[in-house]
Amino acid sequence: MLETIGVRSMDDLLIDIPQSLRLESLQLPNGLSEFETMAQVTALADRNQVYPDRLTFRGGGVYRRFIPAAVAAVTSKPEFYTAYTPYQAEASQGTLQAIFEFQTLIAELTALDVANASLYDGATAVAEAAMMAFVHTGRNEVLVAGYVHPEYVQVLKAFGEGRGIKVRKGAEPTKKTAAVIFQQPDFLGLLLDARALTQAAHDQGALAIACVDPISLAILAPPGEYGADIAVGEGQQLGLAPSYGGPHVGFIACHKELTRKLPGRLVGTAYDAHGRRGFVLSLAAREQHIRREKATSNICTNHSLCALAAAVYMTYMGPYGLRQVADVSFRRAHHLAERLSGLPGWEIAFPERQFLNEFPIRVPRASTVVRKLARKGILGGLEVGRWFRELKDVLTFTCTEVNDPKAIDELLEVLA
Amino acid sequence: MTEPLSFELSRPAVDPPRLPEADVPGPSPADVLPREALREKPPGLPRLSEPEIMRHYSRMASLNYSISENFYPLGSCTMKYNPVANEAAAALPGFAGLHPYQDEESVQGALELMWRLEQSLCAIVGVERVTLQPAAGAHGEWTALRMIAAFHDSRKENRTEVLVPDSAHGTNPASAALSGFHVVEVKSGPDGRISLADLESKLSPRTAALMLTNPNTLGLFEREILDIAEMVHATGALLYYDGANLNAFMGICRPGDMGFDAVHMNLHKTFTTPHGGGGPGAGPVGVKADLVPFLPTPTVERVNGHLKLNFKRPQSIGRVRSFYGNFGMLVRAYTYILAMGGDGLSQASQDAVLSANYLRKLVENDLEMPHEGPCMHEFVASAHNLHQNGVRALDVAKALLDRQFYAPTIYFPLVVPEAIMVEPTETESKATLDAFAGAIKEIVAQAKANPDALHEEPTRLPVGRLDEVGSARRINAYLQGQSEDPILRWKALSDGGPEKAC
Repeated sequence: MLETIGVRSMDDLLIDIPQSLRLESLQLPNGLSEFETMAQVTALADRNQVYPDRLTFRGGGVYRRFIPAAVAAVTSKPEFYTAYTPYQAEASQGTLQAIFEFQTLIAELTALDVANASLYDGATAVAEAAMMAFVHTGRNEVLVAGYVHPEYVQVLKAFGEGRGIKVRKGAEPTKKTAAVIFQQPDFLGLLLDARALTQAAHDQGALAIACVDPISLAILAPPGEYGADIAVGEGQQLGLAPSYGGPHVGFIACHKELTRKLPGRLVGTAYDAHGRRGFVLSLAAREQHIRREKATSNICTNHSLCALAAAVYMTYMGPYGLRQVADVSFRRAHHLAERLSGLPGWEIAFPERQFLNEFPIRVPRASTVVRKLARKGILGGLEVGRWFRELKDVLTFTCTEVNDPKAIDELLEVLA
Repeated sequence: MTEPLSFELSRPAVDPPRLPEADVPGPSPADVLPREALREKPPGLPRLSEPEIMRHYSRMASLNYSISENFYPLGSCTMKYNPVANEAAAALPGFAGLHPYQDEESVQGALELMWRLEQSLCAIVGVERVTLQPAAGAHGEWTALRMIAAFHDSRKENRTEVLVPDSAHGTNPASAALSGFHVVEVKSGPDGRISLADLESKLSPRTAALMLTNPNTLGLFEREILDIAEMVHATGALLYYDGANLNAFMGICRPGDMGFDAVHMNLHKTFTTPHGGGGPGAGPVGVKADLVPFLPTPTVERVNGHLKLNFKRPQSIGRVRSFYGNFGMLVRAYTYILAMGGDGLSQASQDAVLSANYLRKLVENDLEMPHEGPCMHEFVASAHNLHQNGVRALDVAKALLDRQFYAPTIYFPLVVPEAIMVEPTETESKATLDAFAGAIKEIVAQAKANPDALHEEPTRLPVGRLDEVGSARRINAYLQGQSEDPILRWKALSDGGPEKAC
């Protein structure tokens, strides 16, 4: 190859690099065989403690759910996972169609007009939605109402700082408010009056941004039904492993009036000269590679493979499977809440509020409870006092279809 | 050859999958929730049996080109082979099964992996510390610019401009703008490298940073990088490295030694995590000591052999993503680095440079080469010479698809007309490069003999060229209320398509 190029050595190809910059070698060990590599990586994995699904009662944004085998069977197809962003549409119809189906599934779930191809995670989805509201209304304040996931709010603040957006807590918008952001159910698992919050935002000309749990939408009124302008959320529950927090998938959907302000990829239908339907990346004029510094977002890809997993999951479940999952989680969580609140010194926090499958409960000493459960191999509730001082000694417990009744019994036995 | 949508395949007669029953006495949602809180109609998800679902997605998979079957000479994207061991590592239950809010004690292996990956990346690019949080390259760019802004703020300096070369990736100006900066473009000189004279004229006390990739998007090493760094630093600005092209020189030289203060890396390019049809990726950012206080929270620290997440960083720009980044991608990248080692990574970059120069040589008489070589890991050619035959870079790209090759990046960088940007990577064999060059020669010959036939390509794929303009027009009609067909999603309509072929 060097001969064809017409040079004598590799160094002739690297002549543009100043000699003073050239390295002898990297300060890293030499390479390993696959066997040795996997032995080292497996040793690291073995140093972690994995709690079984059925004994995991901790949520806080990442949940254990039953994942049908069909999900991994599809996402592990190399035609999907080793494909590139679908720039050449004719050679990427599988990826494009999967994204188009994902967009439709999210639009159906949220009852909104348009959804994009996905975003990084729930936190950045909230931030991107706030940017849309900022651009749409020309106002620079966003309100965070109630207990929104604290890490989402932190990310929102970091995003907002670059653009001069003020993030405030509260549920009373003014004429300066670009959007009211709320989470339904909230970070503690409690339901809020989404209709009233949406109305309050609209009364001041602000947008209503609902951060929703996708599984909950099988039973709860969807954002489109109560008039929210943008729905966002974290899609981890739709077939993705916890994986220490990622990769997961953010989703965003909106009213059609806001379509041109949506960040990220959008896939639409198009036809070829023979009238065959295909799928293409649409409305690229919004995006960074065309608009450069005038783009509303710098996002250049999405989380396609995670969106594919979510699409397979939702298709597998169908409307009634998804409702069954939500329903079973609801019943079990209420059963668990009932039993936990019978323990001496334990009482449901915010007993006047409704919840779905995650709820806050005040306990005598949160850290002691959690440690006691961990010793028995149970991942107990989440200590939310870590983020909210007023919630010291409050744990949020979650229950889904994977926490069988016997697992609930085992939890109670340890605490009894 | 095309596949119907799941919604079109849906049959109401399909039973839902068998799922666990509650088996506890708890109430149902309708028992306790107010009626207005409940969904009226179930969501319109499709209803398919498992065999139908599997077939549906298998057929869709067969409509894709992918690295597992095709050569992807995509400039700037580093489409190398994705080792399957990476996938096995990320799927280990000891990683995939971890909840992000487990106690630190129970995730020491995960934190150790993150810490070791950080150390490895520091060694490869020559920086002090690395944050693994950003989920993608563009996310990393923005994270780095936020740190640069915080750095200047901490020194009470009001620097409002970020300089970006005209050949830069589109994400650079977008990330700068979203970080609150005004973007100033710096011109390339006739040799394709940044013009020092133009840079000099644009640098000022307002300059916060210069964003640069090296080798630049033309595949050329910025020979005067040390002078550039000196000029930038002399004005008190910082130098930012766009790591899209890091595959050119691992083990050969390091951005840190060149004077870059912040460096983003794409684990999905250089470190073989799969592209997944457009993510998930990961875009860690490395920084020199001056920027360390501003790293996002949390960082991973080793204290007496024990690993901890550090949330107490008073000068931090805050959190840029929930939890700790795309951890599953970090596992894959670490596995790759471990398997390759320092020696393997150096060899990979040398092979990438060799492949690019070899392929460039093979096609240098077929396409125009606007800049002199040697190139680094990629080169930019131009189809401008086919202009007289009415053939454009787009036609060359589509014709390559018909020959089982994915197309190179086209019309980028913007400074080259009819650009065709080719990055072969080190994982392609000489035979593949020869075959690709053969395809280029065939297409160029056809462009001269029968250009009209080229405009028809691709003809051997599931669909021919799709009418994107028509699609955009139909979206406009929908958004303006003149059509019911939403285009961007499926909706049951009496007639889903255009009346006739257009």
